[in-house]
Amino acid sequence: MSKMRIWRKPDSMSVVFIVLGAFILLLIFVPLLKTIFSSSPGTLWNTLLEEDVYSSILLTISAALTATLIGLFLGVPLAYLLSRHQFRGKRFVEAIIDVPIVIPHSAAGVALLFVFGSNFLAGKVFHSIGIGFFGAFAGVVIAMVFVSVPFLIDSAKEGFKAVDVRLEKVARTLGASPWKSFFRISLPLAWRSIFSGSVLMWARGLSEFGAIVIIAYSASFLGWNTKVLPVLIADRFDFGLDYTLPVAALAILISLAVFITLRTIAYKGEKA
Amino acid sequence: MIIIKNLKVNLGDFLLRDVNLDIKPGEYFIILGPTGAGKTVLLEAIAGLYPVLEGEVWIGDREISSLSPEKRGISIVYQDQVLFPHFSVEENIAFGLKVRKYPKNEVKANIDNMAEMVGISHLLKRSPITLSGGEKQKVALARALVTEPEVLLVDEPLSALDPETKEGMQRELREMHRRVKVTVIHVTHDFEEAVALGHRVAVLNDGCIAQVGTPEEFLRRPSSEFVARFALSRNIFSGRVVGIEDGCALIDIGGTKLIATTESKDDVRLSLRPEDILISPEPLRSTARNCFQGVVSDIADRGSVVYVTVSLPPDFICLITRQAFDELELRKGVRVWITFKASAIHVF
Repeated sequence: MSKMRIWRKPDSMSVVFIVLGAFILLLIFVPLLKTIFSSSPGTLWNTLLEEDVYSSILLTISAALTATLIGLFLGVPLAYLLSRHQFRGKRFVEAIIDVPIVIPHSAAGVALLFVFGSNFLAGKVFHSIGIGFFGAFAGVVIAMVFVSVPFLIDSAKEGFKAVDVRLEKVARTLGASPWKSFFRISLPLAWRSIFSGSVLMWARGLSEFGAIVIIAYSASFLGWNTKVLPVLIADRFDFGLDYTLPVAALAILISLAVFITLRTIAYKGEKA
Repeated sequence: MIIIKNLKVNLGDFLLRDVNLDIKPGEYFIILGPTGAGKTVLLEAIAGLYPVLEGEVWIGDREISSLSPEKRGISIVYQDQVLFPHFSVEENIAFGLKVRKYPKNEVKANIDNMAEMVGISHLLKRSPITLSGGEKQKVALARALVTEPEVLLVDEPLSALDPETKEGMQRELREMHRRVKVTVIHVTHDFEEAVALGHRVAVLNDGCIAQVGTPEEFLRRPSSEFVARFALSRNIFSGRVVGIEDGCALIDIGGTKLIATTESKDDVRLSLRPEDILISPEPLRSTARNCFQGVVSDIADRGSVVYVTVSLPPDFICLITRQAFDELELRKGVRVWITFKASAIHVF
């Protein structure tokens, strides 16, 4: 038997909200589509084959991925603690985590330089083991971690909060250690939020400009001295819009492709 | 045997204190109390899921107060059938065996035995999300029992079930207990559930144990007004002993003089169970020493039973069957006689 759909005239509030929402969607979509379609496929392909472009793409993707892995390793445990424990100063800790979202990112770059520059404490420690930050891959990564890790921590925290704590308690009484309970119950049940937060962190790292331009305007990476995509786009803009448009289009296409793929994986089987 | 000595748990805005219990091996023990009394906290403190401020918990000759939950030999079943949603029914039951590193063939055999015992063999491959409330509860029980705990803690396991499933699960719990003979500590706020299942009951009120005893003791000899109310003793009065008659006390409760078997001589509080009062259109000829005429002032229909309020004054709430209610043709304003024994009155 075929399903019948009954048409119901939308009320005035829904109509107004749809129109307002459409403005936002157009504001997001029109500039992106216009940029993508401003260059022919041939131009895009030729631009992709330029060494400073593909090295930049590789640097940007690799650094964002490394930053996300660091975020997962350091951020997920913190998110779990915040979701499960009440302690004095918890609100303060949560506020600190979100600070990178609200401060100007160029200021964040300066702040990072103060800590990770070779003349400063953390910088000296890392320098002694061969890791430099200024003008280096590690600098790009640390800037990306700084500005984008709040997205991962906040998402993971909400994911852990949604896991019934009694599941962990049952697991403990059944013989699971806290580690086993975490890895076999809490983490798998919160993975969708963690994955979603990781995608957001990766995407935010990919688009970072302000902090990176201060700490690693250009970075040594796999034998190239290259720049992350947002810096490369800004650089090329100095030479005219025509010169920067294909790179911007490539950046948008790559970001969208990865973002859509990962979100599809994360929400597979779940109704919108 | 589980012995709990002077247990104290501090949750900041709530204090569970002075909890002393002595639970026999294989006993079905009920912890009864209203919402917020601290029942779940007590259960979780026994399981090691809450840090204990003071006191000791013993299982047999083993002091377990400082052991982590996974080393106590205690399993817990929560209300709302908390199952691992990302595992199948089989994986849920297998969880405890796998983390304890049982050999694969033993895991399989134990799961099959347990599933058969609780009647869920046909559900093993299903996802918990697709199960009914009763089925989920059986899976949760199987998962808790398969590790052969010394003590099984069950936290309001029937409160989320419909009345018919609840009755069936009560039978299942009794049957499970008869077969497995594990010591059970069962938390509930439902007095009738406590009477149906418990060998003994502890009533918890505001973080303290108010009374420990058999269901019969709760029905006949509640230790306080709180316990009497919780045990559904709906007639609770204040009175004064005004005389002695044939070795029984004559107690004045607002103009009506009751005969009760008590040695109290002053102001008293007393309770009388609704089912201990007989209603009749004429005075009954019986050995019962309390017989009064009153007017039906309220009728609360509960389906198979009916609560009838008879005003003398004061108001007496009586419980009669639907059949008796129909036969007596009771309605508001009708004059009736109420009769009850002196021994039915309990003076605190």
